[in-house]
Amino acid sequence: MFEGYSLAELGSIFAMQGFAGLILFSVFVLMALGLAIIFGQMGVINMAHGEFMILGAYVTYLCSNFISSTAPALFPAYFFIAMALAFLASGALGMLVEWAMIRFLYRRPLDTLLATWGLSLILQQIFRSVFGAREVGVVLPDWLMGSVAVTDTIEVPINGLFVMGLTIAITIVIYAVMFRSRWGQGVRAVMQNRVMAGAVGINTEKVDRYTFGLGCGIAGVAGSAFTMVGSTGPTSGQLYIVDTFLVVVFGGAQSLIGTIASAFTISQAQSTMEFFLSGSTAKVLTLLTVVVILMLRPQGLFVLKVRR
Amino acid sequence: MSSDKIDADKLTGGLPSPLRRKLLLGMAALPAIGLLPRGALAQALPTDAVNTTKLAVTDSTVKVGILHSTTGTMAISETGSVQAEKLAIAQINEMGGVLGRKIEVIQEDGASDWPTFAEKARKLLVEDKVAAVFGCWTSASRKAVLPVFEQYNGMLYYPTFYEGLEQSKNVIYTGQEATQQILAGLDWVTKEKGAKTFFLIGSDYIWPRTSNKIARKHIEMHGQKVVGEEYFPLGHTQFNSVINKIKLTKPDVIYASVVGGSNVAFYKQLKAAGIDLNKQTLMTISVTEDEMLGIGGENIAGAYACMKYFQSLKNPNNEKFVAAFKKMWGGESVIGDVTQAGYLGPWLWKLTAEKAKSFDIDKIAAASAGIEFTGAPEGYVRIHENHHLWSKTRVGRARTDGQFDVVFETADLIEPNPFPKGYQ
Amino acid sequence: MTRTPHSRLFGRLDGDIAGILLLAALLIVVLPLGLDIFRLNMVGKYLTYAFVALGLVLCWGSAGILSLGQGIFFGIGGYCMAMFLKLEASSPEATKIQSTPGIPDFMDWNQLKALPWFWEPFHSLTFATVAVVAVPALLAFIVGLAMFKRRVGGVYFAIITQAFAAILTILIVGQQGYTGGINGITDLRTLKGWDIRTDEAKLVLYFVNAALLIGCILLCLYVRRSKLGRILVALRDKEDRVRFSGYDVANFKIFVFCFAAALSAVGGAMFTLQVGFMSPSFVGIVPSIEMVIYCAVGGRLSLLGAVYGTLLVNWAKTMLSESFPELWLFAMGALFIGVVMVFPNGLAGLYQQFIAPRLGRLRPRTGGGAGAPIIPPHTAAD
Repeated sequence: MFEGYSLAELGSIFAMQGFAGLILFSVFVLMALGLAIIFGQMGVINMAHGEFMILGAYVTYLCSNFISSTAPALFPAYFFIAMALAFLASGALGMLVEWAMIRFLYRRPLDTLLATWGLSLILQQIFRSVFGAREVGVVLPDWLMGSVAVTDTIEVPINGLFVMGLTIAITIVIYAVMFRSRWGQGVRAVMQNRVMAGAVGINTEKVDRYTFGLGCGIAGVAGSAFTMVGSTGPTSGQLYIVDTFLVVVFGGAQSLIGTIASAFTISQAQSTMEFFLSGSTAKVLTLLTVVVILMLRPQGLFVLKVRR
Repeated sequence: MSSDKIDADKLTGGLPSPLRRKLLLGMAALPAIGLLPRGALAQALPTDAVNTTKLAVTDSTVKVGILHSTTGTMAISETGSVQAEKLAIAQINEMGGVLGRKIEVIQEDGASDWPTFAEKARKLLVEDKVAAVFGCWTSASRKAVLPVFEQYNGMLYYPTFYEGLEQSKNVIYTGQEATQQILAGLDWVTKEKGAKTFFLIGSDYIWPRTSNKIARKHIEMHGQKVVGEEYFPLGHTQFNSVINKIKLTKPDVIYASVVGGSNVAFYKQLKAAGIDLNKQTLMTISVTEDEMLGIGGENIAGAYACMKYFQSLKNPNNEKFVAAFKKMWGGESVIGDVTQAGYLGPWLWKLTAEKAKSFDIDKIAAASAGIEFTGAPEGYVRIHENHHLWSKTRVGRARTDGQFDVVFETADLIEPNPFPKGYQ
Repeated sequence: MTRTPHSRLFGRLDGDIAGILLLAALLIVVLPLGLDIFRLNMVGKYLTYAFVALGLVLCWGSAGILSLGQGIFFGIGGYCMAMFLKLEASSPEATKIQSTPGIPDFMDWNQLKALPWFWEPFHSLTFATVAVVAVPALLAFIVGLAMFKRRVGGVYFAIITQAFAAILTILIVGQQGYTGGINGITDLRTLKGWDIRTDEAKLVLYFVNAALLIGCILLCLYVRRSKLGRILVALRDKEDRVRFSGYDVANFKIFVFCFAAALSAVGGAMFTLQVGFMSPSFVGIVPSIEMVIYCAVGGRLSLLGAVYGTLLVNWAKTMLSESFPELWLFAMGALFIGVVMVFPNGLAGLYQQFIAPRLGRLRPRTGGGAGAPIIPPHTAAD
C-alpha cells in the first residue's frame, strides 16, 4: 500500500492521519464530556444524551434559517450564536428533565437508564413531529468549510480544527468550573458525600439541577458542532450513544481526566485501525478490545473509588 | 384500520409532516397522463368475471394496500414512495379507476421493523384481501414479506433500486436492479473522464457489497483497477481515516454506495477535507434528491449519480408529474428515483389488469410481461418477463440547489438482468 | 416446625398454582377460541418475547443483574433454529437453479461455493435443538465469568451488554455470506418435512409455545422457591453479607445469567418457527431494551406479570401502530418513564395493591412466589 510514494509524501499522509485521529479524539471528548459529568458526578445514566445533542443541532438549524433570512450580514458569525443558544436550550431542557424526573431516581441508576431511554423515545418522536421525519440540512458559513494547508502537502479540515479548538475551550472551562470555582467545590462535595454536603449548607438540589443542566448543555454544544460533520435527523442521536457510553465507562466514570484519556485511546486505536483495515473490522475490533479491557479492569482507566 | 377512500383530507392523513397538509384543490384539473390504452377500460366487466379468487373487489371498488414505514428510521426514505403511490391512485381514480372500479387504499405502517412488515403483509393479503400491494423499501423488508406474498399469492410492486439476485412471480420490481444502475454509469465515466482507477466505498450490508462486486468485475474486465474497497457499519459517522486513504491512493473515481446517516457525514467530511468534487470525480449510486435534502447541495455539488430518474428530466410526462406532485404534496417537495418508481406501481398494475381483464393474481402475473407505460415520468418503461423493468439509465451531476443536471442518458433501454452471469 | 424441602417448596402454592392455571386457561383455551389464526399467530409471537421477560425476572428482579443485551441470546437461539430450517429448505432439488445447489440462497449470491464448516452440524435437528440452548448459555457463561468474578455489576454490566449487542449486530450484518446479513435468514419452510407455514401448523406451534412457556414458568418458580432462589434475593439486597456468609456470589450470578440466556434462546427459536425468519434486528440494543420493558411492565419480580406485561405491551403496540403510528412512540416512552417512576412493581404490583386484598377476603391467601411481594427492588447498592 505504501509503494510508490516518497518519504515526504508518506510523512504528509501520516501527519494527516494523525490529525484525523486528533479530530476523532475531539469528537469523542465533546460527546463524552457532558455524559461524564452527569454519570461521573451524579451516577445518573442519561440514555437520552444523543437526543440532547440533536436538540442542539436542530437549534443550530433553526438559527441558520432565521439568521440567513432576517440578518444575512450576521451569517458568518451565526455559528457562535447558534452554539450559545444550543447550550442554553439543551441546558434548560436538562434542568427541566432533572426537576421532573431525575431527582426522584438518584439512588437507582438502572432505573434512570430505563426512564431516560423512554425520554429519548419521546424526544425522537417530538423531533419527528416538529421537524419532519427527513433529515434537515444545516447551511454552514463559508469560513468553516474546506481545509487549510498547513504545509504544501498537509491539509487539515477547518471544521476539524474548529472542533478541536472548541473541545479544548470547553475542557478548560469545565476544569475551571469544577476544580477552581466555589460552585465546582460544591458539586464535588455533593458527589462525595451528599448528606454531609447538605449539612454544611450546600443546596444539594440546586447543585444537582445545575450539574445536570450543564452536562446536557455541553451535549447541545456538541450536537451543534456536529452539524458540520454529520447528519441531523430525529434518530441521529442513536448513532452516538454506544460510543459515548463506552468512552465514559472505559475512562472510569468519576474522573474527567479518565474520560479524556479513554477518548484519546479509543479514538487513536479506531482511526489507526481504520486506516490499515476496513471500516467495519476496525469498529468491531475497537469495540471488542474496549469490552475485553473493561472485563479485565472494570473500573476503567482512572478511578477515584471502587464501584461495583 | 384505515381504509382510505380517496378524499381530500384522508389522503394527507397518516403522513408525519404537518407542513404538507394541502388540500387537493386541483384534482379535477389533473392533466391527462400520456397515452393509455383506453379501449380496455370496459365499464361493463362483471365482478365474477374479473375476480374469481375472492379479492376485495365490488362492482364499483377495488381495494389495494400500501405498506411502507411511516415511523422509525426508514420513514425518512419511504415518505416519498407513499406520496407517489397515492398521487398515482388519485389520478387513476380521476380517470375512472381500474376496470371501471375506483381504488380504495388500505395503508399499513411497517414501522421500519421487518417482522411488522411480514405481519402487515399477511394482514393485507389474508384479512383485507387486497388486489395489489405497493410497498417496501429496504431489501430486508422485501425479503421478509416475499414468502408471505408467495404463500398467499399476492402481488407486490416494489420501488427501490436494489441488488438484484431475485425474481418472483408475485413481485414486480419497478426500481432498477444493480446491473442496470451500475454498468452504464461505469462505462460513461470511463469514456468521459478517462477513468483508470476506482476507490469503492460503501455501507456494510448486502446492497453495497453486491453492487461493488458487480462494479469490480466490470472495472477489471475493462482493464482498469480497483485501488481500494472499504465498508463501514450502518450508522458510522467518522470518515476522516478513509478520506485520508483516498487522498493517499488518489483514485480517478470515488465510487460511493454509502447510505443513511453515514451519507450525510461522508459528504460533509469529504468536503471539509478539501476534496473538491468539481475536480475529483465521484460517482454514487445511493444519492437521490431525497438524500440531498439532508446532505445539503453545497456539500455534494459536482458529484455524479447514476439513477434512472431525476426530477430535472426534461420531458412532457415528467413536467406534468412534478407539477401534479407539488400541487398535491407541497411546492418544496423533492422527487427522487424511488419516489418515481413508486409512482409507476399503480399505473403498471392498472395497465396489467386491463390487459388481463381481471384482478386475479395469476392472470395479472401472466399478463405483466410486455406491459408498456408510455406515461412514465422517466419516459417509457416496459415490464420484462423476469418482472423487472426495461428502462434507461441516466447520469446526473449534483447542483448546489439540490437538483441534478442530467449529463448522460443511455440511448436504448437497458435489459434487466437480476442474475448476471459473469458478474457473480 | 421442621418442614421437609418438599413441603416448603410446595406448601404455599395454592396462590401460585391458581395464577398459573388461570394463565394456562387464557393461553390454551380462551385465546384460541376467541381469535382467528392470524391474530393467534401474533399472540404466539408475543409469547416468545415472554421467554426473555421470564429470564429477566429471574436475573434482574430476583438477582439485580440488569442485562440490556438479552437480544443477543434471543437472536442466537433464533439463528440456530433458522440455520437448521434453512438447510432443510435448501435441499439440492429445491435449489437447483442456483450455481451451487444445496446451500442456502444467500450464500449462493455471495459466491460461496460450499457450506461453511460451522453450518454443517446444523443438518441435524438434535444438534440444532441442543445448540439453541447451549450456545447462548456458553456465551453467557464466558461473559458472566469475566464480569462477575471481577465484581462488575449494576450499570457497568448493563452498558457492556449493550456493547456486546452492538458488536454482534455489526458482525452479523457484515458477514452476510455466513449469516444472511441484514436481511437475516428468510424463507423457512419445513421442519422435518412438516410445513410450518400452513395455518394448522401455526396453530400447533402456538400450543407448543404456550406449553413450553408454562413449563418454563414452572421451572422458574422451582428455582425461585428453592434455596438458590433465596440466595439470589439475598444477593440482590445485600451482596456483601451473602459473600461474608461464605457463598461464592459470582457463581450464583453466573448461573442465573446463563439460565436467563437459555430461556431467551428458547424464545428465539420458537419465534423463528412461528414467524418464519430471523434477522439481526432482534439482536441489537433497541430490541434488547424493549424486552426489558416487557418485564418491567409486568412487575419485575413477578413471573406471571412478565407474561401479561409482554402480551399487553405488544398488543398495545400493534393496536396503536395500526391506528395512531406516531402516538405509539410517545406511549412507549411514557411507559418506560411510568414504569420506573409511578408503578415500579408493574402490573403485579398493582394487582397486589388493589386486587389481591379483595380476593383475600374470599379465601385464605398466601402471597409470594409467582405473585410479586411489594418489596422495593432497588437499594442503594443498585
